[in-house]
Amino acid sequence: MVSSRASGRRNPNVMNAASAYLEIRNLVKRYGEFTALRDVSLDINSGEFVCFLGPSGCGKTTLLRAIAGLDPQSQGTIRQAGRDVSSLPPAQRDFGIVFQSYALFPNLSVADNVGYGLVNRKARRSEIIARVAELLVLVGMPESGSKYPAQLSGGQQQRVALARALATSPGLLLLDEPLSALDARVRLRLRHEIKALQRRLGVTTIMVTHDQEEALTMADRIVVMNHGVVEQVGTPTEIYHRPASAFVADFVGTMNFLQGELVAPGRVSVDGIELSYVDAAARNGHSRVRICLRPEDVRVRDLGEDRINRLTVDIADLEFIGAFCRATLRLPQSQRSLIADFSSNLMRDYNLEAGKRLDVILPPDRLRVFAED
Amino acid sequence: MADVAIGGATLAPVRAKASHDDILMRLGLCVLLAWLIVVLALPLWTLLSKSMEDSEGRFVGLANFATYFSTPSLFASVWNSFFVALAVTLIVMPMAFVYAYALTRSRMRLKWLFQGMALLPIFAPSLLPAISFIYLFGNQGLLKSLLAGGSIYGPAGIIAAQVFYCFPSAVMILATALALADARLYEAADALGATRRRIFFTITLPGAKYGAIGASFVVFTQVITDFGIAKVIGGKFNVLATDVYKQVIGQQNFSMGAVVGIVLLAPAVLAFVVDRLVQRRQVALLSARAVPLEPKDQRLRDALLTVFCTIVALLIATIIGVSVWGSLIKYWPYNPSWTLDNYAFGNFDSEGWNSFFNSIQMAFCAAIVGTVIVFLGAWLVEKTRGATALRAVVQFLALLPMAVPGLVLGLGYIFFFNARANPLNFLYATMAILVINTTAHFYTVAHVTAVTALKQIDPEFEAVSASLKVPYWRTLLRVTIPICVPAIIDIAVFIFVNAMTTVSSVIFLYSSDTKLGSIAVVNMDEAGATAAAAAMSVMIVLTSATVKALHLVAERGLLGRLQAWRRR
Repeated sequence: MVSSRASGRRNPNVMNAASAYLEIRNLVKRYGEFTALRDVSLDINSGEFVCFLGPSGCGKTTLLRAIAGLDPQSQGTIRQAGRDVSSLPPAQRDFGIVFQSYALFPNLSVADNVGYGLVNRKARRSEIIARVAELLVLVGMPESGSKYPAQLSGGQQQRVALARALATSPGLLLLDEPLSALDARVRLRLRHEIKALQRRLGVTTIMVTHDQEEALTMADRIVVMNHGVVEQVGTPTEIYHRPASAFVADFVGTMNFLQGELVAPGRVSVDGIELSYVDAAARNGHSRVRICLRPEDVRVRDLGEDRINRLTVDIADLEFIGAFCRATLRLPQSQRSLIADFSSNLMRDYNLEAGKRLDVILPPDRLRVFAED
Repeated sequence: MADVAIGGATLAPVRAKASHDDILMRLGLCVLLAWLIVVLALPLWTLLSKSMEDSEGRFVGLANFATYFSTPSLFASVWNSFFVALAVTLIVMPMAFVYAYALTRSRMRLKWLFQGMALLPIFAPSLLPAISFIYLFGNQGLLKSLLAGGSIYGPAGIIAAQVFYCFPSAVMILATALALADARLYEAADALGATRRRIFFTITLPGAKYGAIGASFVVFTQVITDFGIAKVIGGKFNVLATDVYKQVIGQQNFSMGAVVGIVLLAPAVLAFVVDRLVQRRQVALLSARAVPLEPKDQRLRDALLTVFCTIVALLIATIIGVSVWGSLIKYWPYNPSWTLDNYAFGNFDSEGWNSFFNSIQMAFCAAIVGTVIVFLGAWLVEKTRGATALRAVVQFLALLPMAVPGLVLGLGYIFFFNARANPLNFLYATMAILVINTTAHFYTVAHVTAVTALKQIDPEFEAVSASLKVPYWRTLLRVTIPICVPAIIDIAVFIFVNAMTTVSSVIFLYSSDTKLGSIAVVNMDEAGATAAAAAMSVMIVLTSATVKALHLVAERGLLGRLQAWRRR
């Protein structure tokens, strides 16, 4: 099962080996009987912001800790900036790290925390003070140098942790669920700040998160992981609109899943309803398939005389979300239903309400078809 | 499936290189391991092999054990010890439970005072309650008539003094267990209309179950392994602890002494195993989201509990007070005029006050040396990367002393350090061996305290330090130790107090130059100078209680200022 994604040479995650800043090859991590990483290969370019996204236990943190050298992999190699760091202890690698718990030293002031890694480099005192001040400005806390971590809010503590990690100008910044412990509002603001800071400094950054929204808004590229395997690597738009597997389709965003059968290349049947789809990958040999469609891709407007994938459905239920309504649509002659997101505009224009019958189109270019597991 | 041999089975496993720090820390662990082997494992091993030798040092297998169990006069001690320990456990547990319940689950006033009173016996050598009971019920006892012809010398005296002596341990363990209550459970029970009685039997008692089991075993073991009380008030009633002493010191029968030591080890090891099992369950009992319970006003309950606690506290005060009084009067009970003559120890014991100063010197050294070794050791065990097997062995040895009664360890020390072939023989009969023995004897509690403090620190400090290229020792000095200062002082005070009061382990190891205060108590009591023995006990109580009081004051004042970062 694993071998389809396996051998390093043909791995789609491995792009331009010569130019990559971080090259991960065939990484395996075992904890006794349990295998946390199964042959992971991945390239990360210089200056990129990459998110490892996946449910808990998928191996994303294990991968991050292997890159840092905190929990070395069982097999495989990691090269950073052309140097093989596979077996090096963390202190001999080049990275800064920020943890979910911040891990600020509680008995040291903010300035001492930020300057912690500088003191060791035999820099002059005045230089250290200047650098600390510069970093505190960078994270928007110029006045807080003399405070202790316990006197700061969670968001402020995370900024200090970020400043401390950046103080020694590492080539690689590792963020382990940095926003998970924060309030929703603070989280939103820090998302933007971290992203802006990363752009400005151009430091190659890897962030581990289980929050797909965080990954979609912050990352240049997302690595979706599950059961220790990389499911897909791609830009946020690719991940969202062209998920490579049913898992990715399900994990990222909301998705309708319909069970059906493949009747011909590009045609599937769901309870007798035939649907066309445009999907690059041929699914020959699998008769049972899952058909996926995003709720916002259900078309209601401007149907005209279009017949392809046109269905008449009943609105079984309408759920008010705020900016839009989530409708449950019952398919004709079937127990199955679809959910669709209708904007407030659409609701008004078409006077939609529960119990109403309406024509929709499931756009062929929006349908994704995966083989049944 | 477990073997993911993809991308070619040729991939070699990655061997993580050790950094400079890693190597240093592993070396440190090796040194610690060697230390623990010398001060713990080898003495115990020597004891074990001694129990299987005859007087000429020939291996005789289990012959000594056969002799022991077939000699009724020796074997009777097993039953005596067991009976006394069981009786003490049955008396102490209900008392301690009610007392701990009052401390944690009522709105009784002056809780701090009652808590302090319950802990007071810790600062006394176990000999003190025995002396007090002799003053009260002995041959010249004030209240001897109450015994109606019975004698305090024997099981009655041992049980009474042990109840006093074991009370603090039981209260502490039970109070810890009872303090771990989830208010939500009680609110749910209230909302469902459960009666108080039902709540008590369905929530409170089951919640304290593991604490109660643990406390029972601790008390039971403490009674079986304590030497001082049985020595002073036991009369002709033989128990295991006094048998060891008699075999070794009285009859110079080392093999038989070793056999009794091994027999003594059995209940302690059992208690240790039970305690480990219980603690594992106790942790799982309380989820991280539990809401602490705030006891509500209940006039009648609080009044009854206050009465009970007052009686118990007064009993404790009386028992200590009797020794204090006895030490300050001319001749008990006939001439009650005040005098300090009994404190002129030179008139009763050749070493005079020296033994008291020896105690202070020994306790001070043990506190310093022990705290440094224990804390650095706990840090190495917790923070060393890799070296899993090494860490596990060290951890096991660190927990071992809990299962070894002081007498057994002391006996092992004579056999091991006194052997001519041992290059460490020069330590025998020095102050150093008393210090080493004491730090080894009380290693476990100190180690567990240190590990608990270290576990409360964010585990990623070392990862952050490594990423910033800061060596571990620097983070240890600048961050870990400053954060752990309260725990470090706790450990030092714990070792100091125990070193002041201990008798059992050091009784085999002192020389005339290094005699300790607690041993002088035994000697002077043996010589019939009861008042002087009481006076020395009082000096020990005063010293250890003063150190504890200073600790509390320091914690409130000085430490508070040094640790401004804890404030929000």
